[in-house]
Amino acid sequence: MISMLSRFTALQRTLHWLMAACILTMFFVGVGMVSTVAAKYLPLITLHKTLGVAILVLAFLRLGVRLRTGAPALPADLPEPMKLAAQLSHYALYGLMILMPLIGWAMLSAANYPVVLWGGVRLPAIASPSDSLHTLLWNAHVYLGFAFYALVLLHVAAALFHALIRRDGVFRTMAP
Amino acid sequence: MTSDQTTRRSVLARMILIAVVIGAAAAAFAYTAGWLSPNRLTPNAIVDAFAPPGGPALGHRRNHAKGICFTGVFEANGAGSTLSSAPMLRPGEYPVIGRFNLGSPDAHVQDATERVRGVGLQISEPGGEVWRMAMLDLPFFPVSTLKAFHALQVAAGAKDPNAMKDFIATYPEFAHFGAWAHAAPWTGSYAEETYNSLDSFIFTDASGTAHPVRWSLVPAAAAVPVPPEELAKRGADFLEEEIVQRVKTAPQQWTLVVTVANAGDPTADPSRTWPEGRSKIDVGTVIVRDIEPEPDGPCRDINYDPTVLPKGIGISDDPFPAARSSAYRRSFDLRSAEAKYYPHTASETTP
Repeated sequence: MISMLSRFTALQRTLHWLMAACILTMFFVGVGMVSTVAAKYLPLITLHKTLGVAILVLAFLRLGVRLRTGAPALPADLPEPMKLAAQLSHYALYGLMILMPLIGWAMLSAANYPVVLWGGVRLPAIASPSDSLHTLLWNAHVYLGFAFYALVLLHVAAALFHALIRRDGVFRTMAP
Repeated sequence: MTSDQTTRRSVLARMILIAVVIGAAAAAFAYTAGWLSPNRLTPNAIVDAFAPPGGPALGHRRNHAKGICFTGVFEANGAGSTLSSAPMLRPGEYPVIGRFNLGSPDAHVQDATERVRGVGLQISEPGGEVWRMAMLDLPFFPVSTLKAFHALQVAAGAKDPNAMKDFIATYPEFAHFGAWAHAAPWTGSYAEETYNSLDSFIFTDASGTAHPVRWSLVPAAAAVPVPPEELAKRGADFLEEEIVQRVKTAPQQWTLVVTVANAGDPTADPSRTWPEGRSKIDVGTVIVRDIEPEPDGPCRDINYDPTVLPKGIGISDDPFPAARSSAYRRSFDLRSAEAKYYPHTASETTP
């Protein structure tokens, strides 16, 4: 839905930047924790699970807000391929924000690990223990994770392109 | 210089700026992932160091690869509740899934040739809390640091005949293990072994007081020493055959004994034992009622990660449980993807 907004609403901007911080943290915690055997491994993995669930909740909230409020229109003179790329990349970003936590949660369930968050909060299993399911979800989590980070870098590059090169007001719509 | 050129130059400068930002973000990611630090002690490095010259036993745990499942119960007597609020320490009977195993990366190792025997144990309770342990029949861990542990695996796998000598010179604590391996009696049964947590953990009681502890499974069966030359005559899988027969005849029992540290006892170093005279509390009995072959057994797909702990039990300043958790997870990820090399149905297993 395209609204008459000239900028995203304050709630949308708050959600965007809050989630940006969470998601960036997730990438680095994720690749950092699986490459260490140091004592920090355990707090990192707890942080990763807890932030993942927080992102899942925020992503649903954000999707609801987006469907209700809409987004400012892209500049009329933006070339069609760029408009298409903007649209598709946003579908992918929303999809990954929701899918990645669910895949991770299901992956732990399929491996028969209790899913315990920060503060000892225990979540129920959402998949039955299974070698093949675990392997499928593990691959999905790893490779979609890399794709997600690449997409975020593309998103940042596009934002800077709008802000510094096209100077078309698109960056200002989401600027804090 | 025309204004057109100025604009073009400044656009180029901004494009370079964008490229630098994105490049730096990508490099930071690669650094965090360890791709730029080949010497980092990663779970992959630990797990790879276990692999025997012929490669790892695909589909099996990367270490302690040979094992057999058991099921039974833990009968808690309630005495543990003075130390920890863990629900499975309250009086009652809790289901147990465990695994007797040998400390070798070879899934077909001859039982008589492996000095270290172990047990993986999971105690669960109706509320959903889970306590997993990975214990060994050693009285202390062979090395005191992760670096030494990795160096040990590398030295043990090295072709250089001096590798082990050099290792012992650098890490003299390993001599204790050598002395134990040489002098400690062998037994003919998994049921006659005492299994120790080695690592220290923290029990937290209902009032919030923390108690540093270690624990042991002490067998009801008397340990009968058998010379290793005698064991070598019993067949490659005599431990598994023996425990099947023994449990068929009668359930086998171990007392779970919790040892509480005195102030100043070394908790961060599992290679150092605590002095005698520490308070020891019997918190219950593990009763093994059935043995199940591993290919289809309930222990097969359990990762006995010693940091899977119920509330009331936590890790201490001992760095090994975190490292074991990280390496076990890697081993689990690998072997669950290799399940086809270790078929689920026993009849499909090729020797």
